[in-house]
Amino acid sequence: MAELSGKYLVGVYDDDDTVLHAVPKLRKAGVKIKEVYSPFPIHGLDEALGHPRTRIGIAAFMFGVTGCCCVLTLMIWTMGFDWPMIIGGKDPISIPNYIPITFEGTVLFTAFGMVITFFISNGLGPGTHFHPRFDVRATDNKFVMAIEMSRNSMSEEEIARALKDSGAEEVNIKQF
Amino acid sequence: MHVTSPVREPLIQGGKTYADVTEDICRHVEATPTKEWKIAFGLSLIVLAYGSACLAWTWWEGLGVWGLNKTVGWAWDITNFVWWVGIGHAGTLISAILLLFRQKWRTSINRAAEAMTIFAVICAASFILMHMGRPWMAYWALPLPNAFGSLWVNFNSPLVWDVFAISTYFSVSLVFWYIGLIPDLATIRDRATSKVSKFMYGTFAMGWDGSAKTWARYEYISLILAGLSTPLVLSVHTIVSMDFATSVIPGWHTTIFPPYFVAGAIFSGFAMVQNLMLITRVVYKLEDYITLEHIETMNKVITLTGSVVGVAYITEFFIAWYGGVEYEYYAFFNRMTGPYWWAYWAMMTCNVISPQLFWSRKLRRNITFTFFISVVVNIGMWFERFVIIVTSLHRDYVPSSWSMFSPTRYDIGDYIFSFGLFFTLFLLFSKYLPVVNMAEVKAVLRSTSAQLPAKIAGVAKVRQRGTAEPVYNKDQE
Repeated sequence: MAELSGKYLVGVYDDDDTVLHAVPKLRKAGVKIKEVYSPFPIHGLDEALGHPRTRIGIAAFMFGVTGCCCVLTLMIWTMGFDWPMIIGGKDPISIPNYIPITFEGTVLFTAFGMVITFFISNGLGPGTHFHPRFDVRATDNKFVMAIEMSRNSMSEEEIARALKDSGAEEVNIKQF
Repeated sequence: MHVTSPVREPLIQGGKTYADVTEDICRHVEATPTKEWKIAFGLSLIVLAYGSACLAWTWWEGLGVWGLNKTVGWAWDITNFVWWVGIGHAGTLISAILLLFRQKWRTSINRAAEAMTIFAVICAASFILMHMGRPWMAYWALPLPNAFGSLWVNFNSPLVWDVFAISTYFSVSLVFWYIGLIPDLATIRDRATSKVSKFMYGTFAMGWDGSAKTWARYEYISLILAGLSTPLVLSVHTIVSMDFATSVIPGWHTTIFPPYFVAGAIFSGFAMVQNLMLITRVVYKLEDYITLEHIETMNKVITLTGSVVGVAYITEFFIAWYGGVEYEYYAFFNRMTGPYWWAYWAMMTCNVISPQLFWSRKLRRNITFTFFISVVVNIGMWFERFVIIVTSLHRDYVPSSWSMFSPTRYDIGDYIFSFGLFFTLFLLFSKYLPVVNMAEVKAVLRSTSAQLPAKIAGVAKVRQRGTAEPVYNKDQE
């Protein structure tokens, strides 16, 4: 994850509904929100923040196709070309017998490829920062909204008031 | 807007807040091990040590120390393997299939059930290694070039399919479980006071910060992983059943095996989840999270799958008679009335009759009774595999080859090994990792808890605050 710098206003909410309703209100008022941190997923929050829909599904599909092709190629090459053998009176290349392993290989590649993509795209990995940077309670019971001051034209007081009006129970300043 | 029927009992009781959930679950992770835990852990280590000694002798001396003979070449080893793999099916069923079906009650038990799955699959895999006799040759099961000492593996063989199925199942379950753990590890990391635990949990939490973007992706990949795991879990026991069904042994060579094995796997897996959860909820005081409602729902699944298994037994028997194949007929008739009649009737009693008692609501909600039946079901399912494997083998086509199987102390010792391994791993898990998925429980808390009585979901709350109807549907799922 990119290193943070500059000054942030941090709004702390105590309720998932409140923060969900606060986001469109604040955005309407012209506040540019960097991100909202929560202890559990809030449905619709990423859309409300205007995040684009994740494309990780496309990546997963590609990994699946790769897995399917790799495994099928391995079986057809070993059984049919590298060392052909007739087993049980069947053709050296008998596709129906390959279906179970093709399926398993597809699942394996999809799952691992997708999860690795997930880690990379979110910047997750061992050795990354050991603390949430805005409020430590974001993994417990608080919903934390971060607003980067340098990206906003509104004054600090205005944003702080807007945060309070939208239901934030605390507004803190965080300097990196 | 989300509307929860007020008729339903809340999933999480005791009016918990988000902070309460964190506190209730993290308490056990952060506290020093209790005396009971130490005793239980010590006992399972002793069991593991005894089992390991037996296993070491098995490998040192060779498979001759088992009770196998020329006719019965598979007995306890494969029985135990199938039994453990079967148990390992419930975790993925709970976390994947119930996720696809949007069954919110899964959130309280999915973590522990998945852990159980992973440990059960490890135990199952240990029997595969054991029955190879020469475990250092285990890599021969992998598709390696001929220079490694053998030809390519035979991809037409269900035993090779099994290698791929079990290893894929194990690794995908492990990934699914770990992805679910990351947010909770982050919670523990942020509460940790000691340097060591901060470092350990921090490393495994991988810098999780709970941003909306990460959560959106997390939910998306959870859904895809669930979608992948659902056919995967069904394929695993299907392929295990094909180890038998594709052979020409009377009693094994039946097309009914795949669905019958899958139902049996879910049946025994849920029974094992019941056993573990009933103990965990008392020891860790999780009665508000794993409620009678959860226990009753799992008992319903046990009754359903138990009935499927019962129907499969009867169908199998009917076809053996109606099919008119005399070998097939003899195999089944011999199961019922032959020298292993007691194993057959133990299986029938435990698997077909006992789960039917759960038609009574009173018994379904009785904790002691549930625990008892779950143990009975697991005994029954062990006998099912024993009956299928040993009774089908012990009567060969040539009567002079007929023989009996009786286990030696090493058969028993190696089975004990798997129990030692399972309970050691489960105890370590239940001490050092959160046994309930905190993030998922928090997500269902609002819509299901008794916390706000007037709240038929957020509607009442929004009105209270006087804000307009929200633009975004929260609980559209």
